[in-house]
Amino acid sequence: MTDKFDYDLLIIGSGPGGYVAAIRAAQLGLKTGCIESRETLGGTCLNVGCIPSKAMLHASELYHEAHSGALEKFGVKLTGAKLDLKQMLTEKLKAVEELTGGIAFLFKKNKVDWIKGRGAFENANTVKVGDKSYTAKNILIATGSSVTPLPGVEIDNDKHVVVDSTGALELPKVPGHMVVIGGGVIGLELGSVWLRLGAKVTVVEYLDQILPGMDGDIRKDANRMFKKQGFDIRTGTKVTGCTVKGKKATLTMEPAKGGDSETMEADVVLVAIGRKPNIDGLALENSGVETNDRGQIEVGHDFQTDVAGVYAIGDVTPGPMLAHKAEDEGIAAAEFIAGQQGIVNHDLIPGVVYTYPEIASIGKTEEEVKDSGVEYKTGKFLFAANSRAKTNRDTEGYVKIIADAKTDRVLGAHIISSLAGTMIAQVTQAMEFGATSEDIAYTCHAHPTHSEAIKEAAMAVQGKPIHM
Amino acid sequence: MAIEVKVPVLGESITEATLGEWLKQPGDAVAADEPIASLETDKVALEVPAPQAGVMGAHQVAVGDTVEVGAIIATIEAGSGAASAAKSAPAPAPAKAETRSEAKAGEPDASITLSPSVRRLVLEHGVDPSQISGTGKDGRLTKADVEQYVKSGAQSNQQAPLAEKGEAKGAQTPPAPSATGNRNEERVRMTRLRQTVARRLKEAQDTAALLTTFNDVDMTAVIETRSKYKDLFAKKHGVKLGFMGFFVKAACMALKDVPSVNAQIDGDEIVYHDYADISVAVSAPNGLVVPVIRNAEAMDFADVENTIGDFGKRAKDGTLTMADMQGGTFTISNGGVFGSLMSTPIINPPQSAVLGLHRIEDRAVVVDGEIVIRPMMYMALSYDHRLIDGREAVTFLVRIKEAIEDPARLLIDL
Repeated sequence: MTDKFDYDLLIIGSGPGGYVAAIRAAQLGLKTGCIESRETLGGTCLNVGCIPSKAMLHASELYHEAHSGALEKFGVKLTGAKLDLKQMLTEKLKAVEELTGGIAFLFKKNKVDWIKGRGAFENANTVKVGDKSYTAKNILIATGSSVTPLPGVEIDNDKHVVVDSTGALELPKVPGHMVVIGGGVIGLELGSVWLRLGAKVTVVEYLDQILPGMDGDIRKDANRMFKKQGFDIRTGTKVTGCTVKGKKATLTMEPAKGGDSETMEADVVLVAIGRKPNIDGLALENSGVETNDRGQIEVGHDFQTDVAGVYAIGDVTPGPMLAHKAEDEGIAAAEFIAGQQGIVNHDLIPGVVYTYPEIASIGKTEEEVKDSGVEYKTGKFLFAANSRAKTNRDTEGYVKIIADAKTDRVLGAHIISSLAGTMIAQVTQAMEFGATSEDIAYTCHAHPTHSEAIKEAAMAVQGKPIHM
Repeated sequence: MAIEVKVPVLGESITEATLGEWLKQPGDAVAADEPIASLETDKVALEVPAPQAGVMGAHQVAVGDTVEVGAIIATIEAGSGAASAAKSAPAPAPAKAETRSEAKAGEPDASITLSPSVRRLVLEHGVDPSQISGTGKDGRLTKADVEQYVKSGAQSNQQAPLAEKGEAKGAQTPPAPSATGNRNEERVRMTRLRQTVARRLKEAQDTAALLTTFNDVDMTAVIETRSKYKDLFAKKHGVKLGFMGFFVKAACMALKDVPSVNAQIDGDEIVYHDYADISVAVSAPNGLVVPVIRNAEAMDFADVENTIGDFGKRAKDGTLTMADMQGGTFTISNGGVFGSLMSTPIINPPQSAVLGLHRIEDRAVVVDGEIVIRPMMYMALSYDHRLIDGREAVTFLVRIKEAIEDPARLLIDL
């Protein structure tokens, strides 16, 4: 099928979108190459994103449990629990190495060519890497995203003072005071890591509430929980400048609505105000593909751009910048390219914040449902009334389910719980099958588990939870 | 216990149907899945199966009534068939039936409650899920239901089901040939585009009342004009003077004179256009593409030739967009470039007609009582007879013939 081309499919980027697309394409019999500019595969997610941040979140949580005396009530007395940050960072690196190495193995196994270097379009069927050109019948852009810079605040990860998410994962020592600019997912997760390890953490958010885009109840309650943990959260505040002197940074900020400015000293400033699509250096103009006014590449239902044979997935396209969205799009795009039917349901992409407790959501927020004019009911069940959570002394959070008042179809679910990220899959699956809250309520859930709270929240939609 | 029989989901955007015929009368014994009534919609006629075995209860609507999706049309008394009991059974409590039917009608379209694997299968085979009976919870479709449906070939109009590929392969394996030599087969999956083309072409044949009328045209005048002016034209306009310019202009004039050829059917209405957007087939590396010359009626020869030239270039570069190919009120397809003598093209829905051009060759024809050699070409007009009368189609083709044989007519609009 390749005939005059080097490849049936050439993928630019080996993040969770690109590498998954490459493997699926190879499985479907396409001659596939994958271009990656990093020394290792896996993109932001595996190298400097999802994976290392989860390694640090897990390790810092263990330290915090041991160090804070939280285990004493269970009869576990620990004295002299100490932080070995170097070891923590080493273990994180090991996890990253194992996982990126795993992809290299999967590429070999599936006969995907790993082309090292930075790709730039020469035309719609040719990509130049270094001084070599590769032609392909189809090209998939999966270049992902990178940190959005904040004017007036210059990031320098090597100095360990003003850092982005990458720099915040390799601080050589615990800062005395860390200021996180941006109260979104990344800022709160990385803020949590250093808070648990002993830093004072201030979160500065421009909007009047943290976690933009999430369900209103969740945002309010998360704000309260994080404050209780020791976060200093300044909402409605704008950072206007940053000066670095030696090992200290001084931030100037003012109320978002305008007003007197103030300054704040920090040992580390983390800029986490969002991410932007990676299109620089791609020479997109040579392919004929254009970007929209947000710098994203628009695609059709089959992930094809306006230029036939050129596809795009993941963070360079509109939609939430999430690894699992990119993965599913990668599979679908590969299937379309192989002449099959690909399928991604963009209405049901779960979102998870990996703090403690975790925050997970699927489908619509209550605000979105309200705006759509649909009559709806909600059911909420607190973990304080869930037997397993109570037993584990892990009672923070709740499950909230939103269902159509007429048809009872589940429209959205939002969970705060230590296990929220894992639990949300159940509701997602149910929603994929068009489930009603009654379907969930009449599905047997094992006792005692946190998952029973989902069942009870579904029962609460009908106004009849058993345990509340 | 009485079971209500409701109007099933009829497919996207269809909300109501007309009750065509009762196939079962009150008191008749019915088996599960046996058709009890037939419904007619704008697009299809379909039968309503009995949800379970029992005895037919009262008809709730009469033949010819319009019924909405989810409305109750009859009841079936469960059980093996005490006819008398069914007959004497009162009509179901109306209040209860009312509320329940309302809740049902408010339910989301069945197509969105399909599970992911079913959704993928339905898309892959291009089948209408409302035509398949589900065996899952609450009558939902399972993957097996769709596979079974596709396998049974119930939708003879759809693309060849992929699921059958394996079997067909086995069945087609020829007996050991006595002939010598290589006899290899290659199986290549249809591309998405090919599948779409296949579906659309078949849809056109199934929907339209397709008919083709022919004529021939003497190309002498056009060829003369071309050879006389081609250098000047190229110098002034930077593009070659081809045949398409003449045919596009002639078609625009004829479309104005016979507007139904430029019209389309939309539901039970006819949409006439006061502009001519002409789809022209252009060769591209991956096959033919059909971009649209917008407002061709307002263009001069140079505009038309330039536009076609630009399409050809962009087709080669792969920079033609979907937007370039959408719309179009009429199509000109030139099979002559590949040497075709005669063909019956298929219309490109929702368009109503397509003009087929063919090869030009010297033929002996009689002019003024003398046999002479003339460069002749056959033209074919395939059209949707639902909208276009035979007289109009023939007139349209004759108008083109006249304009091509005497291009001066294009100037003075004759």
